[in-house]
Amino acid sequence: MRKVFKLDEIDCANCARKFEDAIKKVEGVQDASVNFMTQKLTLTAADEEFEAVFARVVKLAAKIEPDCEIIA
Amino acid sequence: MNKKQKRLLRRILVAFAFFALAFALEASGTLARWFGDPGDLYAEFALYMVPFVIAGYDVVLKAARNIGQGQVFDENFLMAVATIGAFALVLFPNSDPHMAEGAAVMLFYQVGELFQSYAVGKSRKSIAAMMDIAPEFASVERGGELVQVDPAEVVPDETIVVKPGERVPLDGVVLTGTSQLDTAALTGEALPRDVAPGDEVVSGCVNMTGVLSVRVSKPYGESTVSRILELVENASEKKARTENFITRFARWYTPVVVVLAVLLSAVPPLLGVGSFATWVERGLTFLVVSCPCALVISVPLSFFGGIGGASRLGILVKGGNYLEALAHADTVVFDKTGTLTSGSFEVVAIVTQEGIEPADLVRVAAHAEAYSDHPIAVSVRAAFGKEIDRALVTDVHERGGHGVSACVAGSSVLVGSEEMLVEAGVPCAACETAGTVLHVAADGRYLGHIVVADVAKPDACQAVADLHAAGVARTVMLTGDREQVAAAIARDLGIDEYRAQLLPQDKVAEVEKLLAEKAQVGKAAKGKLVFVGDGINDAPVLTRADIGIAMGAMGSDAAIEAADIVLMDDKPSSIARAIRVARKTMAIVWQNIVFALGIKVAVLLLAAVGLANMWLAVFADVGVCVIAILNAMRCMNVRKM
Repeated sequence: MRKVFKLDEIDCANCARKFEDAIKKVEGVQDASVNFMTQKLTLTAADEEFEAVFARVVKLAAKIEPDCEIIA
Repeated sequence: MNKKQKRLLRRILVAFAFFALAFALEASGTLARWFGDPGDLYAEFALYMVPFVIAGYDVVLKAARNIGQGQVFDENFLMAVATIGAFALVLFPNSDPHMAEGAAVMLFYQVGELFQSYAVGKSRKSIAAMMDIAPEFASVERGGELVQVDPAEVVPDETIVVKPGERVPLDGVVLTGTSQLDTAALTGEALPRDVAPGDEVVSGCVNMTGVLSVRVSKPYGESTVSRILELVENASEKKARTENFITRFARWYTPVVVVLAVLLSAVPPLLGVGSFATWVERGLTFLVVSCPCALVISVPLSFFGGIGGASRLGILVKGGNYLEALAHADTVVFDKTGTLTSGSFEVVAIVTQEGIEPADLVRVAAHAEAYSDHPIAVSVRAAFGKEIDRALVTDVHERGGHGVSACVAGSSVLVGSEEMLVEAGVPCAACETAGTVLHVAADGRYLGHIVVADVAKPDACQAVADLHAAGVARTVMLTGDREQVAAAIARDLGIDEYRAQLLPQDKVAEVEKLLAEKAQVGKAAKGKLVFVGDGINDAPVLTRADIGIAMGAMGSDAAIEAADIVLMDDKPSSIARAIRVARKTMAIVWQNIVFALGIKVAVLLLAAVGLANMWLAVFADVGVCVIAILNAMRCMNVRKM
């Protein structure tokens, strides 16, 4: 399943890049793309575990980009 | 500016005031007079600490937080180390104080951050404004009343009313009313389009003059406007090679610069070359330029701007990668019908035997063709231009693929191919004009012939010339039409090569052949092959080419799916325009890469040999970022392309 989320307050392009790299390494994430220009996160993961994977991504975001909010 | 940016701006201004005060007191020697030695150092420290803390407390806090999570190469951390390090330089024996630098670097770093966030926010907004084609509401007839609802709530076959000045909310067919539609937001085309009952209207156009009532044909999610928006929104997900290169580069740049900074600070003094103070200062200067932000921001911003600008011209690009590929296009392959030609036939020549008026010839032919729906018949009737008296026409026989025989006003008329007339014992005159020839005979007597042809679009010739001017080396036309017709069109339009009498599946094979030829030439490995079609029957070819361009795509789903680039209008001249936008975007991308990298490397080299101090480094860093962003924003400006 592929889903797009809005990102609030992702401040710099390099942070967005690092954020994307980090999300790609989260367990269960098949693909991830952080678009700094449109401030969007596109997340791809298996349907059955999407919720769990998304929860892990949110947790990671809270850790490395505390100012950034992922809006479902 | 948003709230956050305003807050940062206030902090920068206050910090700058304190910085100026401290600088004035220090530079004028006032501190030394008031506090003496070494008291002035403490005073200087205290004075510069104020602007430093005001401007950079959040940087230091973030640095502390991120380092706690093991993010050593975080730019907040590096900036904090560089600036605090500058303050601490004074602790080395025999060193000058560098406190002003510490405060200034932090101050300018924040100026850069503010500018970056402002500029990006601004360009994001202006691109969003360009794409402001989404309708806000739909007025739908329900239970005899007009209700305003969200376009997404309207279902097909409902009737909506669009008043002048309103945006057409959904795709549909006009039931009543005539008007003019402004399609500029979709196609970049300035001339309004006339619509009357029975015509299709696409969402996103603005109704200009009359009230239209429209039967909705597609739900909002499948209508033109939401497809376009989706396409443009998703465009920047497909990253160009250049963009991926920069991402990979950024991954390595910071660690490498930091390692170099550490080595530079420690190795020479340990080997006994110079003092720690000198080399640590140089190392700190490295840290100031360790953030790859200017690069990382300006490349995607350029692509985003280029894609946004192109969409304003009615050119929808599905990703940065396609824009990049398009810039390298050196072969353009056209489908003929619907792409270079309008796909509708027109009478191009009327040749009569002696004593026969051309008007009479056309009248006879038009009557014989009175009942046919064939495009050729339609074009003959259009050339006649008057009411056809069907009462005069009897006994019509269509001879599939050859022509028609009929009895017109008592005489037996044949209209059709040479074969058909010869078979009927009527010899035909030879025809030199390219096109489909209709010979006409009445009561066994040859009257003359009418030539109909699929005419080239008005801008087709200019379009091909523009492509050649834009550096496209080879233009090829593919068509199912006869050799003669293909040759004439290719010659008229200045197309280099043509392949005639192709079946739809042959077109894929032809494109594959051309691709293979390119691969053989080798040197042109970078040159890309573009295929342009009208999206009807050529989806496989669109997919096979390096870049598939579908044109005239307002409303055609298959084309939007299969193509990499979609031209909203059906003008071939948009192809050259798309290539120019792509070239400009790529030029800006490379300018930014070379410029940003060049300046950074220059600063690093100068700093390593002691010719650049922290002042220069921070100006270079922030300056490069600002200039690269401003340059990237030029991509959006495509008006004159």
